Amino acid sequence: MGKVKVHRSSTSIDMTPMVDLAFLLVTFFMLTTKFAPEEPLAVDMPSSVSEIKLPETDILTISISKEGVVFFNMDGKYNREKLLAKMGEKYGIQFTSEEVRVFSLLSSMGVPVGNLKQFLNMEPEDRKLVKQPGIPSDSVNNELADWIIFSRTTNPRLRIAIKGDRDADYPVVKNVITTLIDRKVNRFNLITNMEKGS
Amino acid sequence: MAEISQDSGKKDGKVRSKKTSTRIDMTPMVDLAFLLLTFFVMTTTLNKPQTMEITMPEKPKLEDKQPMVNEKRVLTLILGGNDKVYWYLGITNPKIELTNFSNDGIRKVLLRENAQIKEMVVLIKPSDESKYKNMVDILDEMNISNIARFALVDITPVDKELIKESKL
Repeated sequence: MGKVKVHRSSTSIDMTPMVDLAFLLVTFFMLTTKFAPEEPLAVDMPSSVSEIKLPETDILTISISKEGVVFFNMDGKYNREKLLAKMGEKYGIQFTSEEVRVFSLLSSMGVPVGNLKQFLNMEPEDRKLVKQPGIPSDSVNNELADWIIFSRTTNPRLRIAIKGDRDADYPVVKNVITTLIDRKVNRFNLITNMEKGS
Repeated sequence: MAEISQDSGKKDGKVRSKKTSTRIDMTPMVDLAFLLLTFFVMTTTLNKPQTMEITMPEKPKLEDKQPMVNEKRVLTLILGGNDKVYWYLGITNPKIELTNFSNDGIRKVLLRENAQIKEMVVLIKPSDESKYKNMVDILDEMNISNIARFALVDITPVDKELIKESKL
């Protein structure tokens, strides 16, 4: 009997430690991984030698696409809910709880406030397909400024980052920067890529 | 567990089946574990985005006095379209020159002038044709050349004229 046992154990390897390790790693990666929310726009960031890492939370991202379309994104589900309520109050739009919920789960969005209600009521698939016109940020109608103000009042620890496409035209960027300075946001981050060996 | 196996052992020679049941075939589980492991390893992004911190001056109030700067200490960079950089020293009768973003281009100029001029002030004027990339690049150059005093300012009609006249 005993001999048979020895023989058997030699044919099949004991996988338990390997499985332990594998599951440990799986758990580790599962917990650390953070799925990048689907972005409605592709931004090819310029490279720089700067090596400061962007913090992970309390970030307001203003994305500027190649075509000069301005998108807005803020993290934090609850802060987003509060933010939408404040924006609705300012522009006299009543958002339903369903719309608030959808908004709190969105990532970047570039729709004027007037069209936001309609945008939130779309089917998720349609929302991906629709071409977003961008947030008005010129001097005549500067909704971006309101988004910034209300975001900052909702979350005072917020850091503002500009994520611009390398081929975005400077006037659009200047508009955004002027908007920020006008709202007394003098310190902000420019999101860049790591410089490739030149 | 132990009791159950004892019971089953008593009935009839099921000793064999008992033996096999103690060892589970872990292969499918391992397969799955490694599949998940590979998936998460692949999807995880190890490099967080880099960022460049920039602090802009506050909007000057009316009663504020702007600091005076000797024009000999001023170097003006104009970022044009197509990755061009125009630069000149001083304000009156400037001699405009053209360079680019390569290592031998603007970086050389900046390092040379920075060594010669004490407390140099660099004015960066991105034109409407320039791209966002140009602005980031030039801010990067400031970082590389260790220039502490620089400002992003709007381009003036005079500068536009200068570029037109220079035909560079």
